Amino acid sequence: MTPALALGRFIALERPDDFEAWRDAARACLMAGLTPDAVSWAGDLFAGESGAPPPLSDASQPRVSRAFLQLAQMAILHSEPQRFELLYRLLWRLQRDTRLLQDRADPQIRRIEALAREVRRDIHKMRAFVRFRTAEDAEGERFVAWFEPEHHILRRNAAFFVNRFATMRWSILTPRGSLHWDGETLQEGPPAQRGDAPQDDPAEALWRDYYASTFNPARLKIGAMLKEMPRKYWKNMPETALIPQLVAGARARELAMVDAGADLFADEQRPASLGAIADALQACRRCPIGCNGTRAVAGEGPRNAALMIVGEQPGDVEESEGRPFVGPAGRVLMEHLEHAGIDRARTYVTNAVKHFKFEQRGKRRLHKTPTAKEIDICRFWLDGERGLVKPKLILALGASAVRGVLGKTASLEALRDTPHTLDGGAELWVTNHPSYLLRLQDGQRHEAEQRFAADLARVAKRL
Amino acid sequence: MDRHAIAYRLKILADAAKYDASCASSGTAKRNSKGGKGIGSTEGMGICHAYAPDGRCISLLKILLTNHCIFDCHYCINRKSSNVERARFTPQEVADLTLSFYRRNYIEGLFLSSGIVKGSNHTMEQLVETARILREEYDFRGYIHLKAIPEADRELLDAAGRLADRVSINVELPTETGLSRLAPDKSAPQIEQAMGGLKQAIAEAQDAKKRFRSAPHFAPAGQSTQMIVGADGASDVAIIGRASGLYRLHGLRRVYYSAFSPIPDASAVLPLKRPPLIREHRLYQSDWLIRFYGYGAEEVQGAAEADGMLPLDIDPKLAWALRFRDRFPVDVNRAPREALLRVPGLGVKAVDALLAARRHRTVRLEDLARLTVSVAKLRPFIVAADWRPTALTDRADLKALLSPSSQEQLELFAA
Repeated sequence: MTPALALGRFIALERPDDFEAWRDAARACLMAGLTPDAVSWAGDLFAGESGAPPPLSDASQPRVSRAFLQLAQMAILHSEPQRFELLYRLLWRLQRDTRLLQDRADPQIRRIEALAREVRRDIHKMRAFVRFRTAEDAEGERFVAWFEPEHHILRRNAAFFVNRFATMRWSILTPRGSLHWDGETLQEGPPAQRGDAPQDDPAEALWRDYYASTFNPARLKIGAMLKEMPRKYWKNMPETALIPQLVAGARARELAMVDAGADLFADEQRPASLGAIADALQACRRCPIGCNGTRAVAGEGPRNAALMIVGEQPGDVEESEGRPFVGPAGRVLMEHLEHAGIDRARTYVTNAVKHFKFEQRGKRRLHKTPTAKEIDICRFWLDGERGLVKPKLILALGASAVRGVLGKTASLEALRDTPHTLDGGAELWVTNHPSYLLRLQDGQRHEAEQRFAADLARVAKRL
Repeated sequence: MDRHAIAYRLKILADAAKYDASCASSGTAKRNSKGGKGIGSTEGMGICHAYAPDGRCISLLKILLTNHCIFDCHYCINRKSSNVERARFTPQEVADLTLSFYRRNYIEGLFLSSGIVKGSNHTMEQLVETARILREEYDFRGYIHLKAIPEADRELLDAAGRLADRVSINVELPTETGLSRLAPDKSAPQIEQAMGGLKQAIAEAQDAKKRFRSAPHFAPAGQSTQMIVGADGASDVAIIGRASGLYRLHGLRRVYYSAFSPIPDASAVLPLKRPPLIREHRLYQSDWLIRFYGYGAEEVQGAAEADGMLPLDIDPKLAWALRFRDRFPVDVNRAPREALLRVPGLGVKAVDALLAARRHRTVRLEDLARLTVSVAKLRPFIVAADWRPTALTDRADLKALLSPSSQEQLELFAA
């Protein structure tokens, strides 16, 4: 052995992520017979010569497996200062035991694998968390991102961004260096600072809206979020500023949703008489219509009526008089009932919704259709009436009445013309609401009235 | 046309779409935008570009074209009878929004679904048109996942498959009775038939691809589906059975489970109490056991309790091991891969590492410690060179010894 070898070698790599240079130097060291302890890869003080050593005269070409090369290419990008030395130690051992790498329980291999894993994760997170902002330069629009990688992965990740954004002009700035793509060639630049990148982007407000809206407050899992998106990345991602307020508001939003779905009638007894329903209705504030200050209009008719007619809701006249079906549509109905031979005095008439929903237009109160939710809430009262009157037949006028009776939206046309047996044995018949007839023009109206009359005639026959 | 600003509608239509669990962007054909006039690439592995505080990955722009819907499915926030605010996007607006986000590296692509407006065919045409604008007019090479409407014509579903990386049809509920009760407008046979059609088209395209390099793609990332858990009375055993049937019959890539969660303006038919989120997690674990660990569906079902539910306090693999203790202990130095995969605490990666390592050494507990997260959990179920569990495997209180102590979630944002 020459004295120089006894003193060892100091190898400095120009770039921290230069795998090729490390491999050439490592090969030379192996061929020179240098043990891992005789080579220094770090920049510390080390007695000896620097640069690659000459090979021993009888040295053979070192051989390593593809698996080692892949592992080393990743691990070498780690910011761990000892990575070059760790890799050389493993390389040295591999020359004596080529299958060593398969032994995943070996502590040294585990260590290097851990480095490679952390680098892979950093590469992946950079692809995920880089956020471009637009800027204008002499040639037009350029997309610029500021990112702070933990390891030396910038160059390694260049191909990904080139492949994906080939037709864009973009720059990625990092504290370790920068990349610039002009649509055709990639250039490397010096380390940059956060201030070199644009501070805002017009699309970020939309992106934050999306982020907040796609979050489901009913299933908060902060741990799962932090595991994959640790806080260290947050400062360069526009959406993360929202997280504290989203988390803080989540529980309240969920409770509000559960509240909205709660049984509104949990505190209400099944009413014992029609009079009790009429009284309780006046105090019902369970939906917005009940809260609009109008008077509730209860059903009307004998308790033992064989026929129950269900309309939609009281109108302007009904609300003023406090009785159902006394307005224009009510008059149309009464005419037809009489014609069909149905006695109103022996019929129970009521509505799916008991308060008047309207829109104020000047001095007039214009009818507004109740929502399905409002009809569903008011079903409690309709069910109460049905339970007490126990009609043999129910005639539902229009879609709202059908929803009130069935509890689900159904097509009028599909249900019309034939009876449907309801739970409890009553027979349901369906026809238009008389106000529909009022809205039609002469020709159409005549036809619709004939159908309406025929529907009523069929019901009269079943009585 | 909808006059509201894009941002206003985006909030409504993203909110309306978030109950679809899938956000995967993996497993499609590799593409890049070099040499094109457009933009985008796909790698084998999808990328999660952000995570929401609900722990879910945000990989795709997941929105509805519209939340108007003529259907009245009780579990759905967008059902006809719901009072939510309605909005719609045009295909062009969705395409532009997708590109705007994609260029800034916010997303991998688009996951587009829609409420049913006018009719199934009209709705499907709009979905296909959005994908067509992206692919043909903008030469977009990123990921597209389209929801397929099972009632739509076969030609439209085929068009969707040719443009998208993945198509999916939701079975919605694990049982047919549940579906007819909660989704009166949907039909289970129709859903299955559409899935069968997609399976066939995917298989044909793969076959053609083997013979002609230029053969057109058809949903290269396959098809997936979603089931709502806890909205009807279906047990875990029923759900696992249904899922494994779907994997077998229709070659699905994934079955997603979505624990029914409270929605604004919920229908009165639904249970008020949500199922525990952990139930969804246990179902995913059972799914993993079937897909990656070589368990049969009936074996995983064997881990369930008498009421047909998987235990919530321990994972199904441990539950299975505790029930079938005669299969243990397993000798880590001799047992075949299949037996090692059944050991609670040994994952696929650990088993592969163990198989490689034991060619070089006789495996001891300390070696296992380097390969796995926790040896303590393993010990009752294994034999190593320096370890034999003796009576441990048969102890009656073994479950208590191995169950994780209940942990309160940390309050991160508490003042």
